[in-house]
Amino acid sequence: MAASPDRARKTTAKKPASAMDRDELLDAYGHMLLIRRFEEKAGQLYGMGLIAGFCHLYIGQEAVVIGMQHCLKDGDEVITSYRDHGHMLATGMDPKGVMAELTGRSGGYSRGKGGSMHMFSKEKGFFGGHGIVGAQVSLGTGIAFSNWYRQNDSVCLTYYGEGASNQGQVYESYNLASLMKLPVVFIIENNRYAMGTSVERATASTDLSHNGQPWGMPSLAVDGMDVLAVKAAGELAVAHCRAGKGPFLLEMKTYRYRGHSMSDPAKYRTREEVQKMRAEHDCLDSAKKKLEELGVSEAELKTLDDNIKARVQAAAEFAQASPEPDPAELYTDVLVEG
Amino acid sequence: MTDILMPALSPTMTEGTLAKWLKKVGDEVKSGDVIAEIETDKATMEVEAVDEGTLTEILVAEGTEGVAVNAVIARLNGGSEAAQPAPAPKAEAPAPAAPARPQKTAATAREPVEKEWGATKTMTVREALREAMVAEMRADKDVFLMGEEVAQYQGAYKISQGMLDEFGPRRVIDTPITEHGFTGMAVGAAMNGLKPILEFMTFNFAMQAIDQIINSAAKTLYMSGGQMGASIVFRGPNGAAARVGAQHSQCFASWYAHCPGLKVVAPWSAADAKGLLRAAIRDPNPVIFLENEILYGHSFEVPEDEDFILPIGKAKVEREGSDVTIISFSIMVDTALKAAEVLAEQGISAEVINLRTIRPLDIETIAASVKKTSRVVSLEEGWPFAGIGAEIIAVVTEHCFDWLDAPPARVAGVDVPMPYAANLEKLALPQPDWVVDAVKKLF
Repeated sequence: MAASPDRARKTTAKKPASAMDRDELLDAYGHMLLIRRFEEKAGQLYGMGLIAGFCHLYIGQEAVVIGMQHCLKDGDEVITSYRDHGHMLATGMDPKGVMAELTGRSGGYSRGKGGSMHMFSKEKGFFGGHGIVGAQVSLGTGIAFSNWYRQNDSVCLTYYGEGASNQGQVYESYNLASLMKLPVVFIIENNRYAMGTSVERATASTDLSHNGQPWGMPSLAVDGMDVLAVKAAGELAVAHCRAGKGPFLLEMKTYRYRGHSMSDPAKYRTREEVQKMRAEHDCLDSAKKKLEELGVSEAELKTLDDNIKARVQAAAEFAQASPEPDPAELYTDVLVEG
Repeated sequence: MTDILMPALSPTMTEGTLAKWLKKVGDEVKSGDVIAEIETDKATMEVEAVDEGTLTEILVAEGTEGVAVNAVIARLNGGSEAAQPAPAPKAEAPAPAAPARPQKTAATAREPVEKEWGATKTMTVREALREAMVAEMRADKDVFLMGEEVAQYQGAYKISQGMLDEFGPRRVIDTPITEHGFTGMAVGAAMNGLKPILEFMTFNFAMQAIDQIINSAAKTLYMSGGQMGASIVFRGPNGAAARVGAQHSQCFASWYAHCPGLKVVAPWSAADAKGLLRAAIRDPNPVIFLENEILYGHSFEVPEDEDFILPIGKAKVEREGSDVTIISFSIMVDTALKAAEVLAEQGISAEVINLRTIRPLDIETIAASVKKTSRVVSLEEGWPFAGIGAEIIAVVTEHCFDWLDAPPARVAGVDVPMPYAANLEKLALPQPDWVVDAVKKLF
């Protein structure tokens, strides 16, 4: 079960205070909805054979990346694993360019040469998109290192799953970041299953928020299904890093509704478990309820929903209309020439 | 009566050694016959007769050194008055009417690839590497050095001695023993625009981090459609040192050279080390810089010019020759040069190519040499299977097949993990006589 807010407990950091006003929550809701609708469309295009290879959908986990993004300022950086479409949309990357990369077209962020797992945007501070489980954690530590080296106050959000949290280089990164006081927020998106292996079957110590303790890293377990809780915890973590106090670890207790990738036998969990999570902990449902309490009208939400559907539809159309990369692209970008 | 004169091999040659007479007094000589061999410190060439007649007199005995150009060395009777044997280096032999294969190319046909840098000073490879890093770090504040023991300890092999004092702890950074983690960290820093020099205490330890080198450093530029890459140098000693056993004695040249997105450099001399490391640091791509522990203490001449730099991707002909090309890199260039000395004593003129860069491979220099010599031996310390020698031979076969007089040969380390025992270790690593034997089998 994902944690409810009262289970988000203090480890070495102070308990965060919740904070988003009406407009900010509406913005967050809109971005979560954009990810949800985008991913549903990506799943649909996959089924039509327009997207191939790996396609790891983020549906269910939207609150994590949107809550954290609300803690950032210009110049901050984001890096994540292969379940990355949501992170790209959160940083403000264009859904058209993301979807066209999924279809392997020249209009994609990597001009069709990266695919679902490998997109980047220097402009938006998005450093990928990495297919080797755990590798992005050392890379993110290095991005934070570059902030330390330049003595600016930028912070790097480094996302990975609870499966990756067992990799050796993740612990090496905890050590390096703590030793050098690097401005990195380690964000474990604990969606409970590494492909089909539950956290209980993979990790001897299942309270992952404890993982930073040997290095004295402050950490929090957070209800990752609640965008307000995520933002509140994220504010603490980011402020800690920005102040030059070193890394911070957040364990986001979340859940993915879809399979690991597109071909998932779904034998490792029950349908009831998935349905219960959707019914009781969905991030969009709870945010919508709070918006209604804050006086946002049904009509306003409907307009928002319609706008998002139209954006996603436009992205899907662009992704199908964009031409395949020129064959000459095969040989470009291997090395920087000159 | 026709005088045969000592020919000049080049415009600057003033004298040479009359190495061997191939004809004796009384022999009939026809136009085109090779009558003698002469040598300089650079090459051996054959003297061909231009006119017909009988050799009546030999005026300079074979083995005579310091024979002046244009001295009369023999006389021929029966020839025309104008008879004068032309200097005829092998490479310029007249083409047969219907050549069975392409002409060998002239020794002088290649353009010089290296700029003249002027005055030199003697320094060790260790000092040269340090000077390169210091110069580049002074010039560019985004360049920094990171690795195990590079700062307070002054470098496990003293390469970075004194650098902490000059640049401080933010630019000369000691890491814990955590190759996978710090390599990923360095690559991440490079993705964000810094230019790390990452020192591995030895390249053996980089195997812990090879995922970050290949999957992150080498591939990101391509995967991002050119948006984001990594300007980073991975450097450290590679290959066998001495008596350090199997896990510390391995050549990784072919591992890294296999991968698109990387450049792979392997210097031999101190000039190579300095000039190529500066180029590697400035290169916007990830560069694997394979050093050699034994060479660290070796001294060479290095240009004093403070702008001295060498291009990545250009090999150097360390010794010119006409009969066989020996292609090598790093410490094996020493072995190749020793073998060439021995071969010269036996009348075989070997050209020695120091590759300097493994990837991109300087096919132009290799092909020009092999087209001249028609024989090739690759020499490396690493294992033979799928090694650099295999690639060199493939390239030579593709580019020079019709020029070859013998199958290409390779000399490599023995196909076993490195043994510890002194005698066994020596048996596992290429020695000059292995190269001499390999060359002689081609004739």
